[in-house]
Amino acid sequence: MSLLALLPFYPLISFLILISFGKKLSWQLASTISIGAMLLSAGSSAVLINQLGNSESQLITAHLWSWFSLTTTQGSATINVAFYLDALSAVMIAVVTGVGLLIHIYAAAYMKSDENFSRFMAYMNLFIVAMLILVLADNLVLLYLGWEGVGLCSFLLIGFWYQEKANVLAARKAFIVTRIGDTSMAIGLFLLFKSLAQLTIVDVNQAAQLSWKIGDADAYWIALLLLGGAVGKSAQLPLQTWLPDAMAGPTPVSALIHAATMVTAGVYLIARMHEVFLLAPEVMTYTAWLGALTLLLAGVAALAQHDIKRVLAYSTMSQIGYMMLALGAGAWSAGVFHLMTHAFFKALLFLTAGSVILALHHQQNLFKMGGLFKKLPVESLLFIIGLYCLVALPGSSGFFSKEAIIAELWSSPTAGQGLWYCAILGALLTSIYSCRLFFLAFLGKARGNSNLEQHQDGHQENSSQGHLLRLPLILLALLSLFGGLISLDLSSVFSSAIATQAQTNFINEPSWLHTVAIVTPFIGIVFSWFYFKSYRENSCDNIKSSTGAISTFCKSGLGFDRLYQYVLVRPYCCIAKINRRDIIDQVLMLSAWYTKLWYEVLSASQNGSLRWYAAVIGIGVVGLAGVVAL
Amino acid sequence: MTTIALTHVLILASILFVIGFVGVIVRKNTLFMLMSLEVMLNAVGVAFIGAGSAWQQADGQVMFILILTLAAAEVAVGLALLINMQRRYRSLDIDILARMRG
Repeated sequence: MSLLALLPFYPLISFLILISFGKKLSWQLASTISIGAMLLSAGSSAVLINQLGNSESQLITAHLWSWFSLTTTQGSATINVAFYLDALSAVMIAVVTGVGLLIHIYAAAYMKSDENFSRFMAYMNLFIVAMLILVLADNLVLLYLGWEGVGLCSFLLIGFWYQEKANVLAARKAFIVTRIGDTSMAIGLFLLFKSLAQLTIVDVNQAAQLSWKIGDADAYWIALLLLGGAVGKSAQLPLQTWLPDAMAGPTPVSALIHAATMVTAGVYLIARMHEVFLLAPEVMTYTAWLGALTLLLAGVAALAQHDIKRVLAYSTMSQIGYMMLALGAGAWSAGVFHLMTHAFFKALLFLTAGSVILALHHQQNLFKMGGLFKKLPVESLLFIIGLYCLVALPGSSGFFSKEAIIAELWSSPTAGQGLWYCAILGALLTSIYSCRLFFLAFLGKARGNSNLEQHQDGHQENSSQGHLLRLPLILLALLSLFGGLISLDLSSVFSSAIATQAQTNFINEPSWLHTVAIVTPFIGIVFSWFYFKSYRENSCDNIKSSTGAISTFCKSGLGFDRLYQYVLVRPYCCIAKINRRDIIDQVLMLSAWYTKLWYEVLSASQNGSLRWYAAVIGIGVVGLAGVVAL
Repeated sequence: MTTIALTHVLILASILFVIGFVGVIVRKNTLFMLMSLEVMLNAVGVAFIGAGSAWQQADGQVMFILILTLAAAEVAVGLALLINMQRRYRSLDIDILARMRG
C-alpha cells in the first residue's frame, strides 16, 4: 500500500481504539494515541507533498478498491475508493493534517480535565478521517462521503457537551442547515451523472469541457446546485446562520472545524469543480456576489458581538466570503491561498481565544474582559499576531493572500468594480471589528476578572499543560507570519482556467487600486483608535454594551435567525402540528377502517341465536318474494 | 258436498304458516319450537291438499304424504336432540345453545 492510501487510516485506527476502549484509557494514553496518529498523518503528508513536487506528472494516485458501479444508457461508470493528490489537494492535506496536528496537541491540553476526553479525541480523529477523504477523493461520490462525514463530526462536536440544551440545539441547527446545502449538492451530482455519465473528478472536468458550451443550461444548473452545497458547508448567505451558534462547541472544535478546515470545504469543492464553473459564468458571478454580501454582512455583525468566539465566527464567515469572492472572480489560486493562510491565522486566533477563556474561567463576554494585556502577555502577543494577519497588514500572510484576491477583482470578467469596492469595504470592516475586539479584551481596565491572578498561579504550576497549550500557538503564529511566503504553484490544477483568462480582454486598471487596498486597513485602525477610545482607556470603569435597536439588530446577525424563524420554522412547525396525525396515513387507513366496519357488522350478525337466524331467513324470503312480485 | 274455494284454503294455510313461524321465532323452549315447526309443515300440507283438489289431481296428496313422512323423520331426530339437550344442559332453552357466536 502506498503512503497516500494509508493517509486516512492512521486517524481512523486511532478513532476505533479510542471509541472502543474509551473510558479505560488514561489521559496520557488517549492523547498519545490520537496525537501520534495525527503525527503520522502529518509526517506522511509532508513526504507526499515532497514527492508530488518531484514527480513529473504533478499528481499521485492510489487505488484502494472498487466500491460499486453504476450503469446507464450511456455506459457504466465504476466508483472506486481511490485517492488523487494534486497541487490543490496537497494544499488541503497540508492544512488538514498540519493545522489538525497542532489543534490536536492543543486540544489534548485544553480538554484534559473533561471526563469524556477520549470521546472528544475520537471525534476529532474521525473528523480528520472524513476531511482527508473529502479532499483526497478521486470521484464525487467519495467526496460526498467525506462531505457528509465532516458534517456528522461537526454535529457530534458542537453538541459535545450535550447536557446543556443550547449546545444540542446549536448542533441540530448546524446539521439541519448544512443538510439543505448537502441536498442541493446531491441533486447537482445526480444531474451531473445524468448528463455526463461520469463521476470521477478528472473525467468530469474533461467531459464537461468537451460536451458543454459556455452558458449551457446543464452547466448552469449543475454549477448552481453545487454552489448550493458549498454555500451550506461554508456558511455563506443565505445558509450562514448555523456558524455563530456552532461556537457552542469546545474551542478546539471551533478552531479546527469551524475556522480552519470544514467550513472551507465549500471553497475546495468549487475550486475542484472549477472547469464546470468556468462553463457557467453567471454562476461564478452569483458566487462572487454571495461572497461579497456575506463578507459585508458578517463584518457588520461582528461589530456588535459580545462573545469573543462569536466575533471570530463572524470573522470566519467574512473571510470565507473573500474566498468565495475570489473563486467567483476566477482568482482560483488566490482563493485557495487565502484558504490556507486563513486556516493558519484563524486557528491561531481561536486557540488563543480559547486560552484566554480558560484563564478567565470560561468567561467569553468581551465586556467582562479588558486589561488582559498585562496579565496574559504571551496570549496577547499571539492574539495580536493573529489579528495582524486577519486585518492583512503588510508583511503578514493574510496580506499576501487578501491582496492577491483584491488585485484580481477589478478586471475579472465575472466580478468587476462593484465587487472590488465591496472587498475594500469588507477590509475596512475587518480592521474595525478586529480593533474593537482587541481593545475590549486586552486594553482598558480589567472588568470583572478579579480572580484571574489566583488562577494564573495555578495555571503556571501546571506547566506541562501550559506548554502543551502554548507550543501549537507559537507554531501557528510562526505559520501565520511567514505562511505568506509559501509559494503555491497551482498552475497545474488551474491550467485551463488560466488559459481562458488569458483570452479575456485586459482592462486597464487605475494605478491607485493597490494603494487603496493597502491603505484601507490602516484607515480602519486609525478610525477605531479614536472611535473606540473608551474601550482602550483606563478611565472607564464599566463599559455598558450598547442596547440600541441597530446594535441589537447587528448582534443577532442582521436578523436572519428571526427571519428564518418566521418564514420557515414557524410555518413548518405549524404544518407539522396540523399534520401530527399524518393526513396521508389517514387516507390510507380509511380502507382499513372500512374493512373493520364491515367486520363488526357481519360478526354482530353471527350471534349464534337460532331464533334470530330463523327470523332473518323469514325476512329474507319475504323480501325476495317482494322483489320478485314487484 | 260443497266445495271450498281455493282462496280460503290458501288464507287458512297462510294463517297457520304465520302462526307456526311466529311460534318458531318467539318461543324459547325448543319443544314448542318443534311443535310450531309441525304447524308450519301442516300449513304447507293444507295448501297442497287445497291445490290438489282445486285442479283435481293426485299430486297434492302425494306431496302431503311426503311432507308427513318428512315431518315424522324430523320429529324423531328433533326429539332425540331434545333429550340429549335436556341431559346435557338440564334445560330446553334454545338460547343457551347460542355459543357459536362469531
